[in-house]
Amino acid sequence: MSIQVNKAKCVSCGQCCDVCPGNLIQKDKNDKAYIKYPQECWGCIACVKECSVGAIKYHLGIDIGGKGGYLYTKNRGDYMDWFIVSLDRRKHQITINKKESNKY
Amino acid sequence: MRFEIKTIETDVLIIGGGTAGCFCALTISEQSDLNVVITDKAHIKRSGCLAAGVNALNAYIGKGETPESFVDYVRGDSEGVIREDLVYSIAQRLNKVAQRLEELGVPILKDQNGEYVQRGPRSVKINGENIKPLLAEAVLDKENINVLNHVNIVDYLVKDGVVVGAVGFSLKDNKIYEIYAKKTVCATGGAAGLYKPNNPAFSRHKMWYSPFNTGAGYAMGVRAGAEMTTFEMRFIALRCKDTIAPTGTISQGINTVQVNAKGEEYVGKYGEPTTYMRLYATVKENLKGNGPCFLKTRGITREQQNELIKAYLNMAPAQALKWVEMNSGPAEENVEIEGTEPYIVGGHAASGYWVDGDRRTTIQNLYAIGDVAGGSPKKYVTGCLAEGEIAAMSILETIKEGHIVRLSRDEISGKSKDILHFFSNEPPLYTIEEVEGAMQKVMDEYAGGISMAYIYNNAKLAIAAKRIEELLTIVEALKAESLHELLSIFEIIDRLFVCKVLIKHLEARQETRWRCYQENGDYPQKDDDRWMKYVNSVYKDGEVQIMLRELVGRDEAYEHPSQ
Ligand SMILES: Cc1cc2nc3c(=O)[nH]c(=O)nc-3n(C[C@H](O)[C@H](O)[C@H](O)COP(=O)(O)OP(=O)(O)OC[C@H]3O[C@@H](n4cnc5c(N)ncnc54)[C@H](O)[C@@H]3O)c2cc1C
Ligand code: SF4
Ligand code: SF4
Repeated sequence: MSIQVNKAKCVSCGQCCDVCPGNLIQKDKNDKAYIKYPQECWGCIACVKECSVGAIKYHLGIDIGGKGGYLYTKNRGDYMDWFIVSLDRRKHQITINKKESNKY
Repeated sequence: MRFEIKTIETDVLIIGGGTAGCFCALTISEQSDLNVVITDKAHIKRSGCLAAGVNALNAYIGKGETPESFVDYVRGDSEGVIREDLVYSIAQRLNKVAQRLEELGVPILKDQNGEYVQRGPRSVKINGENIKPLLAEAVLDKENINVLNHVNIVDYLVKDGVVVGAVGFSLKDNKIYEIYAKKTVCATGGAAGLYKPNNPAFSRHKMWYSPFNTGAGYAMGVRAGAEMTTFEMRFIALRCKDTIAPTGTISQGINTVQVNAKGEEYVGKYGEPTTYMRLYATVKENLKGNGPCFLKTRGITREQQNELIKAYLNMAPAQALKWVEMNSGPAEENVEIEGTEPYIVGGHAASGYWVDGDRRTTIQNLYAIGDVAGGSPKKYVTGCLAEGEIAAMSILETIKEGHIVRLSRDEISGKSKDILHFFSNEPPLYTIEEVEGAMQKVMDEYAGGISMAYIYNNAKLAIAAKRIEELLTIVEALKAESLHELLSIFEIIDRLFVCKVLIKHLEARQETRWRCYQENGDYPQKDDDRWMKYVNSVYKDGEVQIMLRELVGRDEAYEHPSQ
């Protein structure tokens, strides 16, 4: 269970480092974020949601069935766009209205 | 390494800015101008159990239910050994705090008449993705609440047997915090990471409970001599295989049954379908060779599947990612389920501080609320909020009598040495990770972990107890190279203390009251004649001393003898 930061996209805002409930993300010497303790990640994706430039993606560890796909989000006010990209590069988009309750 | 000592004085100190801690602070702040300090080891925006979101409010008095029937349900599901007085006081507040959550911005599903749509008799449907940021925002808006994010508390400050504050260290810069308060509230959540987890390799933290709640509040209380209750009622969740995502959204949301590999509904074979019996039945089916077991979802509609994927994104995104990545979903494949490793968590089971009706612990000026407080299972989010409110009301009533007491310079410099000596230790033989692995292995094999189908006996517990003692000595020699490593060391120390108390409690209850949660191989039957009692303990002179207490009824106003 873990995340990866795309350093080319990271704008060094530090939000992900702040918000991770396990304090697992730090900055490297170029001021870019990286996950220092990938095996300690809970998979809560607080960091993914916090990153305003979509630099963080989240994947399932191979030991729990990961198949090379990943997930990231885009925040649009009352809506959250969720993108899941599978290994064959198919991209699924799911949009959720944050103000609406779950059906289940 | 040089460290600065920062001293802070406040009226109320809340340790842990999670569900219960934030709500307690909000209540105090709205009703008084007292100064409140919240410390959290992370940032309260996404710290604790609520980080990813939750799927429903699982404690609520639905149509046709009453606070009395809620207590009856919790008592029945927990085989009678609960603090009815505590559960009742929560039950009376559940709907009010649910409404408060809605006011804070948490969407709750409503029907045409504006009434909450229920998921079950005691549960309402919400969108819980944003619940923690909303709570945090409300807290950060208050001028009289000062939040210290990224400050990990290590121990209480105690003077003449009274809690006068707490000491901890920052995870961001070299600072030790000594915080003095008239009243201190422990709200650090439960304990995960005691046992070998479901996914022991790379995804070792893909567990149900927050891996960052490591039992600090229990351990601090134990060390300070607070009375603890019912640790032996461990909580073991029935969850989606591998992702360890909640199953209630499927089983209650679309009403599915549990089936084995042959497609048979198996739970009924084992007795009343209480929470722990659904787990027990699954464990048994696997042992008999009838596994894997599933939630029978095959055949649900596409629309139901899409809604389920959304619901999971809002609280356990791993499961949604898994479905989409598989290019399949619950409509095509049943969802495999498994039991998790055992946790100690007073919001689901009944383990935690022994408290009175006001949530005061047995140590003066110290309160405990939420998952760290014992006696009242099934409190969940709303129950934790209710306890935050109950403690707040008691603090507002009694704080006038309180005053700040400080420790001497010598005492404080001793405390900071206890924290910092890990930086100057010689390079040890073992790493922090190795000690953690050793603890989880011994608990798994000798104190009823997953690999033992959760069963233990006294001969095994004796081996576990001896090993945990050895590890408690070994941890003192660990070396920290960074603040994060210092945190990891304290997390292991705290978990070892929890294990030490847990083992004593497991041994003390000479019956089997809750299959899987507490299944004693030496005493495989329930024994109501002898064990309709609480198993409590106090740590004194290096020993965990067990005491048995009589059940407390729902209308009793329980008070601690010393207060
Ligand atoms: C994955 C998951 C899903 C759940 N889903 C639901 C649901 O759908 N519905 C429902 O009603 N309930 C649900 N629950 C239960 C509910 O979320 C918890 O019972 C409740 O949030 C616990 O609140 P708390 O305040 O006791 O703990 P938390 O909210 O976890 O707060 C504890 C806080 O203490 C901090 N802390 C810990 N140690 C220290 C230390 N040493 N120093 C400083 N700070 C510290 C932590 O960072 C954290 O912020 C779920 C729980 C989990 C884990
Ligand atoms: S997913 Fe959660 S636990 Fe993992 S790095 Fe991001 S914020 Fe931290
Ligand atoms: S939130 Fe995104 S942009 Fe900001 S530091 Fe983290 S990865 Fe970089």
